[in-house]
Amino acid sequence: MMAMMEMTMTETGTLDLTRTVALLEHVSNRMIAQVDILTDADLAIGDGDHGIGMQRGFEGALESLKTAPPATIEEALRTVGSSILSKTGGAAGAIFGTLFRAGSKALGDGQALDAGGFAAFLETGLEAVLKRGGVTEGQKTIIDALAPAARAARLGAGGSLATTIAMASRAADDGVEATKAMIATTGKARSLGERSIGHPDPGAISVSLILKAMHEFVTSA
Amino acid sequence: MAKAAKKIINDPKNVVEEMLDGLVLANDGRVARVPGYAAIVRTDLPESKVALLIGGGSGHEPLFHGFVGRNMGDGAACGQVFAAPSPDIIVAAAKAVDRGRGILFLYGNYAGDNMNFDMAAELLADDGIEVRTVRVCDDVAAAPPERMHDRRGIAGDLLMIKVAGGAAAELDTLDAVERVAKKAAANVRSMAVAVSPGSIPQTGKPTFELADDEIEVGMGAHGEAGISRQKLAPADAVADQMMEKILADLPFSAGDEVALLINNLGATTMMEMLIVNRRVRQILEQRGIGVHRTDVGTFVTTQEMAGFSLTLMKLDAELKHYLDLPAESLGYSRR
Repeated sequence: MMAMMEMTMTETGTLDLTRTVALLEHVSNRMIAQVDILTDADLAIGDGDHGIGMQRGFEGALESLKTAPPATIEEALRTVGSSILSKTGGAAGAIFGTLFRAGSKALGDGQALDAGGFAAFLETGLEAVLKRGGVTEGQKTIIDALAPAARAARLGAGGSLATTIAMASRAADDGVEATKAMIATTGKARSLGERSIGHPDPGAISVSLILKAMHEFVTSA
Repeated sequence: MAKAAKKIINDPKNVVEEMLDGLVLANDGRVARVPGYAAIVRTDLPESKVALLIGGGSGHEPLFHGFVGRNMGDGAACGQVFAAPSPDIIVAAAKAVDRGRGILFLYGNYAGDNMNFDMAAELLADDGIEVRTVRVCDDVAAAPPERMHDRRGIAGDLLMIKVAGGAAAELDTLDAVERVAKKAAANVRSMAVAVSPGSIPQTGKPTFELADDEIEVGMGAHGEAGISRQKLAPADAVADQMMEKILADLPFSAGDEVALLINNLGATTMMEMLIVNRRVRQILEQRGIGVHRTDVGTFVTTQEMAGFSLTLMKLDAELKHYLDLPAESLGYSRR
């Protein structure tokens, strides 16, 4: 079983619908398991609800993927986005919900998730999040992980899906690291001003954890 | 890290749902749940009116869902603790309060609320329901006056809901209600002082840390940093410090008449707030500023956070009229 899947992955460098749903389930389970990392990061510069918010959203995603199995890859991603939007709530719900819902549109009626599709997902999602949040890079937000990840994914989009996700994941990790030096100029952490220096942005951490979970899945599958 | 706060709750995941069930029962039939959503609506809504929809994160009770009633909010969309309600909750609440004359959204200015309420307004526009938005930006500690749009909404929410609720009860058009609400928003200023933190039921962790002998002047409702972390000081000195900042901001000046609100953030005693009220009135009298009405109580809280906020709204005849209409709600009733 494992060997066959590995073969599917390396031969075509894509994920079919079933494997994409499994990828999203893995991401959901990993995000739910890492609630404490996000809670502690948010307590440092926010009110500490980011972890439980993401937990609510991804629990909803698992439930929806199970009760209403998606018929397309676009629908699978949109299902995750809709669950986060309605269950997470708050700024994180609007932002991560928009990322998945808007990003899903880039997949069209494609029957497989490939490197190009993944890069387009991140780019389209990023564009919608920028518009919704009215923020730019450098303000210590999710964007500081998402934008570099989308750029890295585009660079890698000529290669395999696994390589592309690996590049995006590494770029997001670097982005999280870079948020430590930034002063928050938006959101609840804005009032901290220079006191926010030294702490990474919790939303950016969530982006990096999502991509890390995707990377785990495509390299172990 | 301080130990988890003691709270008498059941499963922390269910606090909002169980609270709303209890809230509806405590309203003696004047409000009802919107089926399937964390939202409530008045049961005695007139057939035709401009609707006022309020809402935001839970955990600040009685704020928002406790302020639904005659001459107050027509309905409320309720998020999880300290998290804005999602667009589907807001849309469901909006449709439940809609009486064909448009809906005013009134809520505190936070990124999460702004995004979720905006998304809901876009969805409602697709369904032909007109929505206008007024955000409460009363916290003078959050940003300088030229950046009002960066200020968060704190206890001024109550006076705003009172004025907008009155206007929505008496005025026929969304335009007119929006105009009154905007005028009130432009004339309300607040500031808080934090003495000890509150905590989110689900994490049990305090939202910020303060040393035993420290207070933070200007701190936000979720522990957002204020303008000065300092040693505990006498009530008069703290009131002086807060009033100086609030009065200079609008500015409030001799001859003005104001509504005064002294709000408990959760765990401060009425005794402390009344002592502060005494000093605030001395300051206002000294400045020649008249007080039209005073509210001292627990209206906009952050769980068991200790501290209080001061709010002033500068009034003209129109604002006085709407503010003075009788209010009936769980969290605020006054003839």
